[in-house]
Amino acid sequence: MSAGIEFDIEKRLGEFHLAARLAAPASGITALFGRSGAGKTSIVNALAGLLKPDRGRIAVGGETLFDSERGIDLPPERRRLGYIFQEHRLFPHYSVKGNLLYGGKGGAKNGEAISFDTVVALLDIENLLTRRVAELSGGEKQRVAIGRALLASPRLLLMDEPLAALDAARKAEILPFIARLRDELHLSIIYVSHAMEEVVRLADTLALVDDGRIAAIGAVEELTSRIDLRPLTGRFEAGSVLRTVLRGHDATYGLSELTFPGGRLRVPHLSLPLGTVLRVRVHARDVVLANAPVSGLSIRNAFAGKVIEISPDQGPLVDLRIDIGNPAEPVMLWARITNRALHDLKLQLGSPVHALVKTVALDRPSPGRRETETEAS
Amino acid sequence: MLTPLESEALLLSLRVGLVSVVFSLPVGLAVAWLLARRDFAGKTLLNGLIHLPLVLPPVVVGFALLVLFGRNGAVGSWLYQVFGITFAFDWKGAALASAVMAFPLMVRAMRLSLENVDRRLEAAARTLGAGRPKVFATITLPLMSPGILTGAILAFARSVGEFGATITFVSNIPGETRTLPLALYSLTQVPGGDQAAWRLTAISVALAMAALIASELVARRLDRRIRGAG
Repeated sequence: MSAGIEFDIEKRLGEFHLAARLAAPASGITALFGRSGAGKTSIVNALAGLLKPDRGRIAVGGETLFDSERGIDLPPERRRLGYIFQEHRLFPHYSVKGNLLYGGKGGAKNGEAISFDTVVALLDIENLLTRRVAELSGGEKQRVAIGRALLASPRLLLMDEPLAALDAARKAEILPFIARLRDELHLSIIYVSHAMEEVVRLADTLALVDDGRIAAIGAVEELTSRIDLRPLTGRFEAGSVLRTVLRGHDATYGLSELTFPGGRLRVPHLSLPLGTVLRVRVHARDVVLANAPVSGLSIRNAFAGKVIEISPDQGPLVDLRIDIGNPAEPVMLWARITNRALHDLKLQLGSPVHALVKTVALDRPSPGRRETETEAS
Repeated sequence: MLTPLESEALLLSLRVGLVSVVFSLPVGLAVAWLLARRDFAGKTLLNGLIHLPLVLPPVVVGFALLVLFGRNGAVGSWLYQVFGITFAFDWKGAALASAVMAFPLMVRAMRLSLENVDRRLEAAARTLGAGRPKVFATITLPLMSPGILTGAILAFARSVGEFGATITFVSNIPGETRTLPLALYSLTQVPGGDQAAWRLTAISVALAMAALIASELVARRLDRRIRGAG
């Protein structure tokens, strides 16, 4: 299971040309992020064996699933890749239990099968077992679909925008379950999405998909702070991802304290153990800049730093990259201000600056298993 | 209640109808699958060939069967020599004629329902470890079951009503090939047969209605199960 996921495939689909190459670690969640039509679903379908590449190679966990040169093309049923589709694709003529058990008998070769009871408990679907598919809500259907894929004992889970068909409330219902798959079952997951919030919340590794190619691959924090990838990570999404450690709780004000090299953030109370590593997203538009320390403001999170990049945008706005870390460990924060403000504050490369972040402007952080382990060691 | 002649014709019709449906069902399924799921050279030709009985005069079909499956026919003589099966002037011939005439209706219904089966569900089943045969048996077949049923009932009704091809191929032999329509036809050819003809007409109508109502009830139940609403 240590060899990870590797593919290098080409496929012509009408006008569209897919030529994607990727090597990702076997553990954790790897997100394929890109706008619709970029080729994300085609890639996942090729991995699953539902779309045959014109040429190339696909290997998962050291086993070759497809190799055009050696004439290898395992059929989908022998690839042992669980697939969660955008639409639940439950079988309407089976009960929930029937759906769950559909793939359960065939795949349990390696003795690493997950038990029925474990899956039912993990996904909280105990009371749905005797129901018919048509009686389930959208979120329940997707949970059952996840359970059905898990019970086929996959070595890797493919999730193609599993939340896209759901409303915000249902999304919030499913997200924790996906995090649990990684944290409790230690499953590797390829997670396709065009929603950066989901990626930041879940992914360890991020692969940007653009026009049928993998444009970049790396840690979520790194790729989202790279200016050259902005067109792919998204304009509206512009922001930074900070890696922080939960260091303390403030019971009086109901706050928790997160630290990063060179500073600390106060966020609404988190019921998580101290030492947990959390990923925090700060939108560039939620960062306020000042050229001197400010007092008398309600904003509690203020960081001293210096301007290291100025990236003009068309229109009245400009993006500034601020290093708020310490000399040994830079921590990048993007701020979006107006050109007028840039001029009035006389900011240039190297200018000392104070960045203010509203507490409420932080995305709800989520634990990343990989980093938690790193931290604990 | 029924005269011996009536019950003889009725039972024969039921037997011919059932046998023709049971034997043409798997063939129909295979052809429907070919037409719905496969692209091959001659697909249009096959499609046309299957639909011919719908548009040809039944007598033509009966004559063609006679030429092919008669005791001296190309296929008929071989079948007789190898298996000892005779179709000519035999109730089995009536079943064959009915099956050929009903085949396009059966294939049409099954093909339509197969085209409506969501192939994404089949793909999902394969990612769950099911090979093609299992997917067909557990996903495709159940989901197209209303179409199979409709095709079977239509074919049965068509078989029970078959006249032209039957009388041309296997003639009108009492107790052997004289089905309900043939018996009715015979009665209309003799003076004073009106009363008996009316009775056979009533029997035919009752039989057809029973088949249609039964199919409607079963189809509704199957449909509910497939849509997962029951």
